[in-house]
Amino acid sequence: MKVETQPKPDVIKGNENYSRLDKLIEEYKEKEGSLITVLHQAQKIFGHLPREVQIYIAEKMGIPFPEVYGVVSFYSLFSMKPRGKYTIEVCMGTACYVKGAQHILEQLKKELNVQPGEITPDRRFTIETTRCKGACSLAPIIAIGKDIYSKVKPEMTKDILNNYE
Amino acid sequence: MNQQKKLLICSGASCISSGANKIKAVLEEQIARHNLTSKFEIVETGCMGSCDLGPLMVVSPEGIFYHSLKPRDIKDIAEKHFVNGQIVEGLLYKDPVTGKQIPKIDDIPFFQKQTKIALRNCGRIHPININDYLAVKGYQALQKVLHEMAPEEVIHEIKISGLRGRGGGGFPTGIKWEITRKSELKLEDQTKYVICNADEGDPGAFMDRSILEGDPHSVIEAMVIAGYVIGARQGYVYIRAEYPLAIERLEAAIKAARKYGALGENIFDSGFDFDVEVRIGAGAFVCGEETALIHSIQGGRGEPRPKPPFPAAKGLWNKPTLINNVETLANIPVIILRGGNWYSRFGIESSRGTKVFALSGDINNTGLIEVPMGTSLRTIIYELGGGIPGNKGFKAALIGGPSGGVLTAQHLDLPLDYNTLAKTGAMIGSGGLVIMDENSCMVDIAKFYLDFIQDESCGKCTPCRIGTKRMLEILKWIISGKGKTNDLVELEDLGRLIKETSLCGLGMSAPNPVLSTLKNFRDEYEAHIQEKICPAGVCESLRKTTKKPKAEGGVK
Amino acid sequence: MKKKISFEIDDQKVEVDEGTTILEAAAQIGIDIPTLCYLKDINAEGACRVCLVEVEGEPRLVASCVYEARDGIKVKTTTPRVIKARKQVIELLLSDHPADCLTCIANQSCELQSLAKDYDVRDIRYRGERRKIPIDDLSPSIVREPEKCIMCRRCITVCKKVVTAAIYDVNERGFNSFAAPATHDSQIDTPCTYCGQCILTCPTGALYEQRQDSEWVWEALADPDKHVIIQTAPSIRSTIGEMFGMPIGSLVTGKLVAALKHLGFDRVFDDCFGADVVVMEEGAEFIHRLKEGKRLPQFTSCCPGWVKFAENFYHELLPHLSTVRSPQQVFGALSKTYYAEKMEIDPKKIFCVSTMPCIAKKFEAQRPEMTVNGMWAVDAVLTTRELGQIIKQAGLDLKKLPDEEYDDPMGYASGAGVIFGAGGGVMEATLRTVYEKLTGEKMKEFQFKAIRSDSFRELELEINGQLLRFGVARGLGNARHLIDRILKGEVEYHFIEIMACPGGCVGGGGQPIYSHKDRWYMQVNAGNHRGNALFRADEAKEYRTAHENPAIQKLYREFLGEPMGKLSRKLFHTTYTKRPMYSRSKHVLH
Ligand SMILES: Cc1cc2nc3c(=O)[nH]c(=O)nc-3n(C[C@H](O)[C@H](O)[C@H](O)COP(=O)(O)O)c2cc1C
Ligand code: SF4
Ligand code: SF4
Ligand code: SF4
Ligand code: SF4
Ligand code: SF4
Ligand code: SF4
Ligand code: SF4
Ligand code: FES
Ligand code: FES
Ligand code: FES
Repeated sequence: MKVETQPKPDVIKGNENYSRLDKLIEEYKEKEGSLITVLHQAQKIFGHLPREVQIYIAEKMGIPFPEVYGVVSFYSLFSMKPRGKYTIEVCMGTACYVKGAQHILEQLKKELNVQPGEITPDRRFTIETTRCKGACSLAPIIAIGKDIYSKVKPEMTKDILNNYE
Repeated sequence: MNQQKKLLICSGASCISSGANKIKAVLEEQIARHNLTSKFEIVETGCMGSCDLGPLMVVSPEGIFYHSLKPRDIKDIAEKHFVNGQIVEGLLYKDPVTGKQIPKIDDIPFFQKQTKIALRNCGRIHPININDYLAVKGYQALQKVLHEMAPEEVIHEIKISGLRGRGGGGFPTGIKWEITRKSELKLEDQTKYVICNADEGDPGAFMDRSILEGDPHSVIEAMVIAGYVIGARQGYVYIRAEYPLAIERLEAAIKAARKYGALGENIFDSGFDFDVEVRIGAGAFVCGEETALIHSIQGGRGEPRPKPPFPAAKGLWNKPTLINNVETLANIPVIILRGGNWYSRFGIESSRGTKVFALSGDINNTGLIEVPMGTSLRTIIYELGGGIPGNKGFKAALIGGPSGGVLTAQHLDLPLDYNTLAKTGAMIGSGGLVIMDENSCMVDIAKFYLDFIQDESCGKCTPCRIGTKRMLEILKWIISGKGKTNDLVELEDLGRLIKETSLCGLGMSAPNPVLSTLKNFRDEYEAHIQEKICPAGVCESLRKTTKKPKAEGGVK
Repeated sequence: MKKKISFEIDDQKVEVDEGTTILEAAAQIGIDIPTLCYLKDINAEGACRVCLVEVEGEPRLVASCVYEARDGIKVKTTTPRVIKARKQVIELLLSDHPADCLTCIANQSCELQSLAKDYDVRDIRYRGERRKIPIDDLSPSIVREPEKCIMCRRCITVCKKVVTAAIYDVNERGFNSFAAPATHDSQIDTPCTYCGQCILTCPTGALYEQRQDSEWVWEALADPDKHVIIQTAPSIRSTIGEMFGMPIGSLVTGKLVAALKHLGFDRVFDDCFGADVVVMEEGAEFIHRLKEGKRLPQFTSCCPGWVKFAENFYHELLPHLSTVRSPQQVFGALSKTYYAEKMEIDPKKIFCVSTMPCIAKKFEAQRPEMTVNGMWAVDAVLTTRELGQIIKQAGLDLKKLPDEEYDDPMGYASGAGVIFGAGGGVMEATLRTVYEKLTGEKMKEFQFKAIRSDSFRELELEINGQLLRFGVARGLGNARHLIDRILKGEVEYHFIEIMACPGGCVGGGGQPIYSHKDRWYMQVNAGNHRGNALFRADEAKEYRTAHENPAIQKLYREFLGEPMGKLSRKLFHTTYTKRPMYSRSKHVLH
């Protein structure tokens, strides 16, 4: 029987991320239906949503933990795995797909040697697929943070990645 | 030159990704350097529609249209055009068919053939600045409604406009408003709700994004009107997280509207209170379905529930709720100001008004277009869209996204409207229009959509959860050369079951792309199965054919 | 009064209240539409789609469990289109299913299996990927096999709405989804009460109790060195008959004893004897607290599901729980002390088996506090279902056995002990003694009947000029409601009985499961019949209060001394643990 240990509550005390989370929960606690908003913000604070953060949110907001996890595991933008410094979003929407998005994805997987959702060993990148960023005219696109690269060809990916430290 | 000119710079998300911000910075610098600040005003606008030509600038009022701008081009334009009054010809739009240069935006076929109602302000005004909006009669419809019209009159006007929901369902908007208005409010209930559906999940559609980025006030105005009519005091905009710029602009516009008094308490001294809150999605296509959307706003899993009861009776927090799409709402203020009769003059019987389409795929002019309902596919592809690159043959148009189907060469002249499309097995849906040339494989596309649906199925009901998986597996076998003769029958059989028995609209329409391609391109499927050939040469495990693909070649 | 509507099902006219679903309306005229996810009053999700019917004018088939009938509609339930669609839905479910019926706990009680049979599914028609999800068998009480989960969500809703522990929700989305605790944690890392109500609702074999105890029992029985004794919980006598085809509410005490003797148990005892002891102890404790005016209200503690619930959710109540162990454990403790002494057997050789309506009792028996002189008080815990199987393995048909009597010295119980298994029974049993001790008078029949209930009841009694308030809540949802009101100061009580299962132990998580779609609902309903049987057994008893029971009097005279005395405290009284809701470390499932 293997037991996976996670930080003890005393790690939480005085932890700056958790104090930010506390403030956040305080702000939204009384507002109906704000779990998703809180999760969005918490993911910004922690980079991802590990189990203990979900338990913390559940207990503080008075929502059963299974319900919180039900929500986290439902929405594709929530992740329980750490992400790289940069997330590369490869659009797999229709317009991008018909313009060859899957070749870009293949190329990136090869180049970084990771699968979508995984983090590169140097913790620089995570690849995610997305379903349309609404820039279909520029298809195929990839997005890294706020930057959108348009009409991408597989051979361009190397240069694009070099822009990111 | 005594009148100040406006330099409209498109600051839609696409143009920004093409470098519009840089262009704007250089432009400011150049204007300052040439001491032209008093003569030119730079206005950042929302999407003009021709996103693949970005970054764009329109010099108004003449309407000179510069596109695909590079920073160094701006120096040219400033020196030649702004100082000396000479248009920089090299940067003008060139017609891909005739090769002629067209200086003015209104003369370019892509814009000339459009009728902009929902997009009336996009690309013409600063999206957030309320004065810009007021200058184009913004919030006048709301003034009129609050001070001069009874709710029933508003409903009447919308009914005669013939406006139908642009979110995909096509339900008559006036009737929906009426039902929600009449829906009884129980004593303990605080309010009804208005929700604007800005989830825009159909990949390949981006009109809602553009409206919210380019003209958010018109949507806000419409929501307040809706609130007044149905008796709600709170509105929500549910918007997908993939649209950060739209969220930013919408929130800024809401603040501006509150400051102006168009939102909040006692709007325009009418005694009516209404406010709007933005809720952000988290990556689930099914949340565009209205009951799933409601669950998501409530902070839960975005799973649909059976209808009836419809949201009009039991919606957000079980209170009567009106849900409308962004584009639907954007039409409302004009309908109020110009009248339902005016609006119903556009379009054809049973499908009134205009529809925005998002053109993408194998087509020369990609972007957003707004045309009267009933415009033919041929007009859209060959006149507005400038035809297919490389003069290749047209094979199919994917319409309606993952819920829709394909239109082929035989449908080129059909009017695009709700009823005609329903007969072909396709649907207008949200207006995504992906054009495919002769080199595309229909089995591959069917697989693409099913893969999408399978990924996005919420998993609540059996037929959609497991059935779409099984259909996808069959398609994958076919594509990898392991198809069996019986597979097509199996696909049709499963498709029928899923359509007939699924809980929500996602499942009910999930098999459409497969069934529609099967109907129109059965021979292509058969080639994959029997001859182990991919006629378009797309499927990697299969050989390419020497046969000529079935497509309408070289239509000009 | 509700408005009536009338419409047609299969050409028959039906008249029903407005708001009735097609499914319910059809049932009223004897048409049984298949269901999987529907659970009357509890779960109406429209999720499984096997209850499909045709409604004239509707382009698609509709799910009858959620479709409210309207005036004048025409419904068809048996067209070829309907039958084919239902069958296809079943086939789809089976295509993502292990189809291990032969070795499945739910074999022959599985709703999916019986539908597959009724719809003549002769082939797993669709082949393809199946979900791969590890089994959770780490907890002492519950085993989960999520691959058998058909996503009906009945367990989720029951645990959330009825039990209010909310242990389960949907994990993941789409094809990969399944019902389980968050992040697919093992049940031991959750605040699960082990009440087992989810097991009773699950239509398939995805949820069941830990099962190794039967094997231990067979081995112990075959071991010549072991002195194997068994105690039967109060409610078993009115439920185990159902496993042998007898009607609900059959009282089979004598036959049960006969079967156990046949099986070779060295002694067959009655757990109601243990219950009588609990009455003595808990009653004395209450009188003590009442006099001191401290730690009131007192809560009963004989239900391990409720105890765990309080340990997880209501730390502030723990000092209010009676410190007396449950009858099972009290009995176990006595078996290794009092009984061992009396029989002059080395207590280490005694193997004490209990047979319980309950799966939380398996957890309870393994709590570290539940030992006597370094031995487990109870060595193996069988549910009613497991016991039924053991009897069948022994080739016995309960129906045909003659009645036999429990053994001495722990086989004779008063009526008070017997009603522990029925609604309000624990309170009633204790009150009978407490009232008499405090007033010197016998309580009147009508007085205690007022507290019999399958959900919630309260009773006010004037005792020696003091007005005392007693409350009974059965089902943890009712309990939570009551507790929250107490904590808010809205109501005040002196003594409260809480049992985790709806209807009490007669509706326990270890009771027989029907191969029927309304199984859980039947269970709750059955509770009344089962409970009434226990009240009948009580009426037939010569002694109806614990303190009058000669066997109990003898026990105190010869062994224990006083209730709450030194020995009692050592053997029967226990402590409780504040448990975190969710531990920060989790066990990894493989
Ligand atoms: C799977 C699914 C996805 C949908 N996605 C959207 C969407 O992204 N945006 C939208 O406006 N409507 C969407 N709809 C339609 C909405 O459920 C609803 O009909 C619409 O918002 C109503 O507004 P309208 O009457 O103005 O069109 C979707 C429907 C389904 C079944
Ligand atoms: S049809 Fe699909 S998306 Fe809709 S409820 Fe069923 S599983 Fe969920
Ligand atoms: S759950 Fe039912 S169908 Fe599945 S293996 Fe067990 S008995 Fe068979
Ligand atoms: S039911 Fe069929 S498969 Fe099962 S044991 Fe009998 S013969 Fe074998
Ligand atoms: S045993 Fe009871 S508490 Fe535990 S999951 Fe099942 S229903 Fe919930
Ligand atoms: S575990 Fe059982 S009750 Fe729970 S959802 Fe799955 S099949 Fe239904
Ligand atoms: S009611 Fe429960 S705890 Fe009490 S004797 Fe019966 S089984 Fe044991
Ligand atoms: S009520 Fe009875 S069966 Fe249910 S958990 Fe408590 S002791 Fe066990
Ligand atoms: S499909 Fe890729 S941005 Fe729309
Ligand atoms: S974003 Fe600039 S034209 Fe669409
Ligand atoms: S959908 Fe009606 S019983 Fe499951």
